[in-house]
Amino acid sequence: MADKIDMTRKWNWPIWAGFLVAVGGLVSYEFFAQFPITRDFPWANLLLFGIGIALLLLGLFRAFGRPQLYRGKIFGSILAAIALFLFSFFSYEIFYVLRQVPASTGAPRVGQLAPDFFLLDQNGKPVGLGDLLSGPSGPKALVVIFYRGFW
Amino acid sequence: MRSFQERLSDFDARGIRVVGISVDPPDINRRQSQKLGYTFPLLSDPQAKIIRRYDVLHPGAGPKGGDIARPAEFLIYSSRLVRWVNLTSNIAVRARPEQVLSAFDELQRTGQ
Repeated sequence: MADKIDMTRKWNWPIWAGFLVAVGGLVSYEFFAQFPITRDFPWANLLLFGIGIALLLLGLFRAFGRPQLYRGKIFGSILAAIALFLFSFFSYEIFYVLRQVPASTGAPRVGQLAPDFFLLDQNGKPVGLGDLLSGPSGPKALVVIFYRGFW
Repeated sequence: MRSFQERLSDFDARGIRVVGISVDPPDINRRQSQKLGYTFPLLSDPQAKIIRRYDVLHPGAGPKGGDIARPAEFLIYSSRLVRWVNLTSNIAVRARPEQVLSAFDELQRTGQ
């Protein structure tokens, strides 16, 4: 009899869809980080997490509210817990780890002379600050971008 | 960096050069330049000497706990004076080319 009841229970799709969308919220970070508009604030990833968690909640309400009709009390709870863990990890990285930047209080300020440098370019040719600020094109200014690197 | 390459003609038109500095060695910089189509130079500071001199070191933030540069942007005039600085408090938020261009235009407008 119990088997028969199980057979008639419906597949609780919002649980699976919600879980997949929540995982997508995490793994799509690298893609969205390419564009400043989705990198400066990761709203696209947060939106995916939000949709995923809402679907999971809907699935859980169905599983616990009408267990004779829908599956998913156990696996729905497990998937929801995993999704919440992924969301916590993402939030920790975005709102804490990425903001641990040194204060750089000794960095050159507006009105100060820029410290000189002499470094190798991508072709192994030495290039100095003086070279970059002079030349046939008579440059007016230089933007120096310090970046973390690709390693 | 990609966005700066995309707006490079706007920098050229104003007589502004663009240069990147990181701890990456020249061969990695050459590969990256070719791959991403960068036409501005990428300079290599493997010992982080210049990165330290500009106080933009992020100790232990690299792979295997190596020292790397934190993101930072400086606009330097041909007089060598620093005219604009951006020191982000979030690694993911870097200066956009439009910010640097408008800062430069504003400085030009006010005759600085």
